Amino acid sequence: MIVNIVSKNFSIKNSHKLNVALKHGRYTTLKKLFSMKPDKVIQEIQESGLRGKGGGGALTGEKWKLIHKVNDNSKPTYLVVNADESEPGTFKDRQIMEFDPHLLIEGIINSAYAIGANNAYIYIRGEYAFWAKRLNEAIEEAYEAGFLGESVGGFGYRLELTLHRGAGAYICGEKSALLESLEGKRGHPRLKPQQKEPEWFFGCPTIVNNVETIASVPYIINNGFEAYRKYGTKKSPGTMLFGLSGHINNPGIYELPYGLKMKDVIEKLGGGIKNNKKLKAVIPGGSSCHILRADEIEDITLDYESLKSHGSSLGTGGMIIIDEETSIPEVMKNLVEFYHHESCGQCTPCREGCGWIDKLLDKILSKNGTKEDLDTILDMCEVLNGKTICVFAPSVAYIATSYIEKFKGEFLSLLKDSR
Amino acid sequence: MSSFKLNEANEEKFQKLLKRYPDKSSLSLPLLWMVKEQNGWISKDAIRYIASKLGTTPMQILSIASFYSMFNLKPIGKYHIQMCKTLSCKLCGSNKIKEHIEKRVGVKFGETTKDMKFTLSEVECLGSCGTAPVIQLNEEYIENLTVEKLDKLLDELL
Repeated sequence: MIVNIVSKNFSIKNSHKLNVALKHGRYTTLKKLFSMKPDKVIQEIQESGLRGKGGGGALTGEKWKLIHKVNDNSKPTYLVVNADESEPGTFKDRQIMEFDPHLLIEGIINSAYAIGANNAYIYIRGEYAFWAKRLNEAIEEAYEAGFLGESVGGFGYRLELTLHRGAGAYICGEKSALLESLEGKRGHPRLKPQQKEPEWFFGCPTIVNNVETIASVPYIINNGFEAYRKYGTKKSPGTMLFGLSGHINNPGIYELPYGLKMKDVIEKLGGGIKNNKKLKAVIPGGSSCHILRADEIEDITLDYESLKSHGSSLGTGGMIIIDEETSIPEVMKNLVEFYHHESCGQCTPCREGCGWIDKLLDKILSKNGTKEDLDTILDMCEVLNGKTICVFAPSVAYIATSYIEKFKGEFLSLLKDSR
Repeated sequence: MSSFKLNEANEEKFQKLLKRYPDKSSLSLPLLWMVKEQNGWISKDAIRYIASKLGTTPMQILSIASFYSMFNLKPIGKYHIQMCKTLSCKLCGSNKIKEHIEKRVGVKFGETTKDMKFTLSEVECLGSCGTAPVIQLNEEYIENLTVEKLDKLLDELL
């Protein structure tokens, strides 16, 4: 089941050091890369069908092409790597940064060249101090060896790479909030344009990609898009670092082709549910996705289309496994607390709404809630969904509606007037 | 006038970073990090210093510093124990760890000991879901926590 494209060097000792990384294939794309025109690089990525691994699953090649739509060469272009990994259940990017930082740097060189950027930034969450240190050491090694700087690998392309540390705000994983933060401001998401366009960093066209997306690029450039398409499904080609956590015997990160049966992954790789309990539910790709009951996952395969057709989403691929003895209202309370704490406060429905739901849940869990309170939560979801600047508030609405709908009995049994 | 000053190494780092960004306003977070590294917390004095360095107002810098949870605006204990309270850690028994820390350290989460040795904070997902439960002791992650592992650690610190 396991494939090693991005994770190829993960188990090699000292794979984060440049001398070891070089022995295991790092920076070998450069010769081929610089013999290609940037447009050809974008085309290769587009044909590979590489999709963004940060949660949205947008086609990377399509995204990169947006640069040409707006760039008349009067302004510089920037590449920003999103390493603000904070989605509950997600812990994949840190593996790349810990075990193969040079793969990420190589991917950055490839991607920056494709979009014509001479400056790239990695925005890493503040808590990842160890990984920031590791990346900084790798960046320094790469500068010293000439893989970064005035002439990358001696091919005449200039690229500066800077690591930028966030400081504990979940919302900065949202790409426009990330750029606000990179500009030195509070991390408030920006209004979205009506038509597709790139992001903007100080008014200059910018591409923001997730760590794993960028780390997937060198394989495609080295081996061609067809090699990448051998894995996965037609619409979700390639591989992804899937995560298993919660009530599972073998938690961890597994690089898998898209399209495997979720049930097999949980049972075979995950080793089944802890303490021989039964599965109750799965939150498939980070906390913002609709929850799935055990009976719903029977035919789900791990790709964007399958999850979507089952009313959820693949998200970041970080699955949280929940056993039969867990109270779903408590799970919901835990996540709503998270969103209440992390709301950036810019939009009133989100800032106030998350708090109201949190309070109502408190009331319900302390067995003082009424049917009206439960209805108020569902009404609140109408206000949260689609009426704010970013998708943070809709996520809370997805959580509330799907948890209450799918586990209604559990919520009802807590109510004062139902007993 | 501010009495805070960057140390030599950080001043050098600051000058180097200035060349990396299209606008110096980007340096507010890096500077706040440097202050935290030097002082352990962000004082009003340091905020005035950053503002003058970036050519902006102290209010502007305070509004940024107060947005990000890692820039503590008050002094904290020598050992800052941050416990992940989000779902995967919760499912893997973080409550038990939390209670044990409170019992051993003698204050509740959200508090600092009188001798300024320990500050206990609950934080949201630290990205260690596969190695849950986790605490962050100052900058270091301590993963796959058990009560025994915790006791060993606290024996050294207490």
